[in-house]
Amino acid sequence: MEKFIKHTGTGVPLRRSNVDTDQIIPAVYLKRVTRSGFEDGLFSAWRSDPEFVLNKAEFKSGTVLVAGPEFGTGSSREHAVWALQNYGFKVVISSRFADIFRNNSLKGGLLTVIVAQSVVDALWDAIESEPTTSITVDLEARTVSYNAITLNFELDDYTRWRLLEGLDDIGLTLKHTDSIDAFEAKRPAYKPKTLPIRI
Amino acid sequence: MGKTLAEKIWDDHIVRSAEGEPDLLYIDLHLIHEVTSPQAFDGLRLAGRPVRRADLTIATEDHNTPTLDILKPIADPVSKLQIDTLRSNAKEFGIRLHSLGDADQGVVHVVGPQLGITQPGMTIVCGDSHTSTHGAFGAIAFGIGTSEVEHVLATQTLPSRRPKTMAINVEGTLKAGVSAKDIILAIIAQIGTGGGQGYIIEYRGSAIRALSMEGRMTVCNMSIEAGARAGLIAPDQKTFDYIKGKPHAPEDFEGAQKYWQSLFTDADAKFDVEITISADELEPFVTWGTNPGQGLPLNASVPNPAEIKDAEERGAAERALQYMGLVAGTPLKKIAIDTVFLGSCTNGRIEDLRAAASVLEGKKIATTLRMLVVPGSERVRQQAMQEGLDKVFIDAGAEWRNAGCSMCLGMNPDQLAVGERSASTSNRNFEGRQGKGGRTHLVSPLVAAATAIRGTLSSPADL
Repeated sequence: MEKFIKHTGTGVPLRRSNVDTDQIIPAVYLKRVTRSGFEDGLFSAWRSDPEFVLNKAEFKSGTVLVAGPEFGTGSSREHAVWALQNYGFKVVISSRFADIFRNNSLKGGLLTVIVAQSVVDALWDAIESEPTTSITVDLEARTVSYNAITLNFELDDYTRWRLLEGLDDIGLTLKHTDSIDAFEAKRPAYKPKTLPIRI
Repeated sequence: MGKTLAEKIWDDHIVRSAEGEPDLLYIDLHLIHEVTSPQAFDGLRLAGRPVRRADLTIATEDHNTPTLDILKPIADPVSKLQIDTLRSNAKEFGIRLHSLGDADQGVVHVVGPQLGITQPGMTIVCGDSHTSTHGAFGAIAFGIGTSEVEHVLATQTLPSRRPKTMAINVEGTLKAGVSAKDIILAIIAQIGTGGGQGYIIEYRGSAIRALSMEGRMTVCNMSIEAGARAGLIAPDQKTFDYIKGKPHAPEDFEGAQKYWQSLFTDADAKFDVEITISADELEPFVTWGTNPGQGLPLNASVPNPAEIKDAEERGAAERALQYMGLVAGTPLKKIAIDTVFLGSCTNGRIEDLRAAASVLEGKKIATTLRMLVVPGSERVRQQAMQEGLDKVFIDAGAEWRNAGCSMCLGMNPDQLAVGERSASTSNRNFEGRQGKGGRTHLVSPLVAAATAIRGTLSSPADL
């Protein structure tokens, strides 16, 4: 995973709540067996509308998505994170994210930043009145800055450290193989197994 | 202080915990399907890592599979590649796979319980958000992303933060014609799509205890639609009886049952949040909007956004009505339906098919619509045919299909056309979920069947 330390870019205001992962990337795009190439499916149903925010010239190069509450609800598809990343987004800011989407984003290095809805509203206003507004998300300091404003956001130390170092979760867990072995040695015999097959 | 059921199961699975770090949880069962696994297997290959416990892993084909001509080569080359990829990955890593044509092929959340491999006190994950279904057995079961699928394949563990706990007490007796689906739709309408965020919900109360295992699965299935990490129900004699005799029921059944009987929330345990709902007053429920929280009793009318105080909710309702092509004030029962879909991990089990068949028996579906009946698994399909249910559906004019996720998410050819309106027993009414431009009303199997006969959203009482 790529390290995430600090990112500066322009914003894209997505003034909608309950943007579920079926909207982020519809199921028909999930048939690929790779992790790349999902950008064409990002918000695909909405992109046929010329008024949709991603179709507006002034927001085309945005890398910080500022979304309404309950972003990423529904399906667990990590393709939603890949589609946002493949398109070029580095950060998503919202007042509330669905649990599985948030987990997926932080595993994959897409930084999801939680701020109060009043902050999202102010950011929307700022970006819409001046689309070139530069937004800096500093993970080291846990701050979001734009214009003369700097705001703190919360992220637990462990996740922050993993993202700053770009660490692979599996590698970290495999350091504790002894603990897994010890746990398995004590698992009760009645716990079901899938093999050998019983029908 | 005592522990809640979720806390007991969680604590029993901690491999390692350290200050400031997520708990490392042991995973008892990992379910796999074709859509969210190929990139995970690729990751293993790249890193040269094996699957740690193939004997705690099971795969099936469900999301992408056709429900017609299942033994012919899959027509869509992209779907075919994904199915073929699962087959070759299962072979390479030694994972048990139930393919098209096999009795245990079907929606992954129907397959686990029918094999008896879903049991109380387990931790169960799958790269699918409706994994919460398995919570009906008193297990902690939740959906994960593909990175986590790879993590579980490699380590049989998952680093996870302990969720908060919520109790939803459903007390009283359901009226005739009101079912588990109506309970959960009413709950989501009350607490919202984010109401369960960060929580494991334990469903409790006399109305929950009175539900069959199938009904409990329906309730737990849609926990994710309330935003919850998982949903579960304490196991009882019904749970034990359901597992007994299934292929993977424990050989030491008594030993297992002794442990299972310890799986309940202690009297002095405290939930972070507690909600009580009266079952006596519940009516058949139906959604009118584009998220599962936008639901109302079937006797109500399409809401008027102008009367919604919260600006955000008002905007969402306006957009939803526009997408759904509905006018405020229209009685829900006047809404004409084009397609009825009976199936999915929410309502594709034998009891759901029986409920719908009991309404349809000797009747015909309206000439203005089509009805698709898609059993949750091949085994469910076979059982339904033994009971003659297929004949009831076919005689009524419905299409009797093969097992899979089908029109719940429209990854296979079973899709709605632009502007087409469905009454669907599935779990999501998102924009375009069942096909681009399609409009979905979520309903119970009883409402689906009555709607198929009358052509407009209806309950059996309207017949």
